[in-house]
Amino acid sequence: MNKLTSMITKRLIFGVFTLLVISLLIFVGVEALPGDLAEAILGQNATPETIQAFRTDLKLDLPPHVRYFSWIGSFLQGDLGTSLANGRPIAEVIGWRFGNSLFLAGVTALFAIPVAIILGLLAAIYRDSWFDRFISITTLSAISLPEFFVAYILIALLSVQIFLFPSISAINEDMSLFQKLHAIFLPCLTLSLVVIGHMMRMTRAAIINVLSSPFIEMAKLKGINRGRIILKHALPNALSPIINVVVLNLAYLVVGVVVVEVVFVYPGLGQLLVDAVAKRDLPVVQASGLIFAGTYVCLNLTADVLSMLSNPKLRNPR
Amino acid sequence: MIGLELLQKLFSEGKVSRREFISQAAALGATAALSQSFLASHVFAASSQPQRGGRLRIGISGGSTTDTIDPAASTDMMNQIIINGQLGNCLVEVDHENNTVPELAESWDSSPDAKTWNFKLRKGVEFHNGKTMDADDVIYSLNHHRGEDTKSAAKVIVDSIAEIIKEDKYSISFILKSANADFPYLLSDYHLIISPKTSDFTDGVFSGGYILKKYEPGVRCLTVRNPNYFKSDRAFFDEVETLGINDVNARTNALKTGQIDMMNRCELKTVHLLKRTKGIQVLRQNGFKHYTFAMQCNQAPYSNNDVRLALKYGVDREQMLKTVLRGYGSVGNDHPISSANRYHASELPQRQFDPDKAKFHLKKAGLEGEMFKFHTSEAAFSGAIDAAVMYKESAGRIGLNIDVVREPNDGYWSNVWMKKPWCAVFWGGRPTEDMMFSTAYAADAAWNDTSWKHDRFNELLIGARAELDQTKRRAMYVEMQSIVRDEGGVVVPMFAADLAATSDKVAHGPLAANWELDGLRAPERWWFKS
Repeated sequence: MNKLTSMITKRLIFGVFTLLVISLLIFVGVEALPGDLAEAILGQNATPETIQAFRTDLKLDLPPHVRYFSWIGSFLQGDLGTSLANGRPIAEVIGWRFGNSLFLAGVTALFAIPVAIILGLLAAIYRDSWFDRFISITTLSAISLPEFFVAYILIALLSVQIFLFPSISAINEDMSLFQKLHAIFLPCLTLSLVVIGHMMRMTRAAIINVLSSPFIEMAKLKGINRGRIILKHALPNALSPIINVVVLNLAYLVVGVVVVEVVFVYPGLGQLLVDAVAKRDLPVVQASGLIFAGTYVCLNLTADVLSMLSNPKLRNPR
Repeated sequence: MIGLELLQKLFSEGKVSRREFISQAAALGATAALSQSFLASHVFAASSQPQRGGRLRIGISGGSTTDTIDPAASTDMMNQIIINGQLGNCLVEVDHENNTVPELAESWDSSPDAKTWNFKLRKGVEFHNGKTMDADDVIYSLNHHRGEDTKSAAKVIVDSIAEIIKEDKYSISFILKSANADFPYLLSDYHLIISPKTSDFTDGVFSGGYILKKYEPGVRCLTVRNPNYFKSDRAFFDEVETLGINDVNARTNALKTGQIDMMNRCELKTVHLLKRTKGIQVLRQNGFKHYTFAMQCNQAPYSNNDVRLALKYGVDREQMLKTVLRGYGSVGNDHPISSANRYHASELPQRQFDPDKAKFHLKKAGLEGEMFKFHTSEAAFSGAIDAAVMYKESAGRIGLNIDVVREPNDGYWSNVWMKKPWCAVFWGGRPTEDMMFSTAYAADAAWNDTSWKHDRFNELLIGARAELDQTKRRAMYVEMQSIVRDEGGVVVPMFAADLAATSDKVAHGPLAANWELDGLRAPERWWFKS
């Protein structure tokens, strides 16, 4: 296990370095956009004097590198700073929205991952049967449609036609857990339809791949029944690619759902990032960008560790 | 042209403003006495009697998570409907006939030269924190937008004030830098609401009909009725919940499924379907909002008035109105004053698509075959690209070549507007002629986006601003509209109506047109039917 610890340490150090590079890239990217916060907020009402007053007040007139280093300095001390646009502490603004993003991603994952893996297993067991074809066609169709289209179809069917679930998921802190779950049913279903196909196909392919190995042939010749072969012999050996695809989809569920958030009016982190970019509110863009990047780094690390645990071969790379 | 009966029906349903009703009825030949007697009997019969109760849920476009409740930075719709329609009051209010009426001020008068204005404040108005309003609060609040280092978007509006003097506890005088007969109008601007002088402007403490309970910028705002509100006949809802819903389909679905009671900015492409939906009513206001194609008059070839006229005659307004706005608006006459304005020049002939005249002026300018680059983007206004392509087509048929340059949405107002020689522009419009002209047509205006300088026009602008005689004033504004129409650097193809939709449980009186949603006052003025 020593190898594992050293690998995790290395990856963490590398992760922090990656985040620093990303923060620099984000900074340069936003700087390169036309206009700044003063122009974005004042819009058509902007006059040269008010823009100047705005910039001086928020220190936007300082040179870019000074602003970057003062920001990264306080960030490393654990101070996320305040939003330039409305002066609220960023930790507070991001906190509950990130919580909401995790809540939506978590509930979706709890539903989608088991369903995808079970469907993938069944499809592998009954390979080339009508069942396999049916599952493949439906999941591939769902994945091929854009998210907003799936979302609108679900709203039209389950919300406008028969009022089973609300069409907007504007959850707030006054709601009970049950009310929240009811409110996010449609976005969860949309996201599940979008991610299940990917995970299910990978599970099916990985299992089928392992099934063609000699040791499975051996197990078959020994007369072990099909279900047992798949669960006991094939699945553990196919876990590594499955874990990777599951983690990739988890990361997507946390950071890639802006469109779904917009359609369902869900107060997650995505919309905050979009608004902050539009207004050039740099500290908020930086902080949410780093959270997204951090999520990716951590999830990838988790995927690698889990793969290693499931497959001893990976622990001793040649 | 519509018949008198239909007109009366539209008015009863609140779909036509009183001003429009009178002008249309006159056009139909109905006598003044007839329309007056109809109006008198229908103003209140039009809708159920106001009553209290219920929670109004608004789904609104124009919210952003970077919003702040500070009125100085209130630039988008969600904040405006919260700050101006629920939490706060200005000194002056604009009613549904576009007249100024007292709000926190009780009355006002001006010196004969319209340079000094005295305002008497209403006594006994209580802020949400229990403090009683007096002159110090008013001065404190207005000074938030004045001075060298203010960040306020309203600086340009209060810039005309040279000095504010406290006369006594309940009266103040304004000394203006130059005469302005419309000064009370300025004080109705949505930025200029009054806070107590202890406020830092971000705590949401004002004097309005609702008190702030919860506020998450761009997401949700909850307010409850102010039991000590000074207007006894307003603020009918117990609670108002405002949800930021920027996606128009999400807003429409939320209204259809009853999750919200009203929405703003309906989708023009589907509003005819929404109208047919049971339990939903669509409200239309013809306000000041208009789209322009601004030419920089200090740059060739637009410095030549014949070129400008050729481009004005080359646009098919009717077709653009029908296609881009689906008929929800009215055609423009190449000046920015709408029919909702007090001094709209209805006597000016409507400019039409005229191939012969366009060709004539193009030939006179000696620019036949010239390619005119028209810069546009969806950021200018929704449908701007379609409008540009349509313009190119109609003008192309008569030998007027337009090259449509599609610009990115992001940064349109910093990189294209006022920079490129000819581009598409959105104007929310202004409730007075003077505000509109001084904002974008005066020679020294900060947003003179046509770089247009016209001596007679500028002289009239100063003169009309100081003129208190209504008849003379009207004549001056009519002349100015005519000058802009024939010599200005702007094509104004159309005025766009505001479309909102509500559940049919929501009732309202006649609608004000100065801003969207009953002049931003829907939460204060509307109510639920029993």
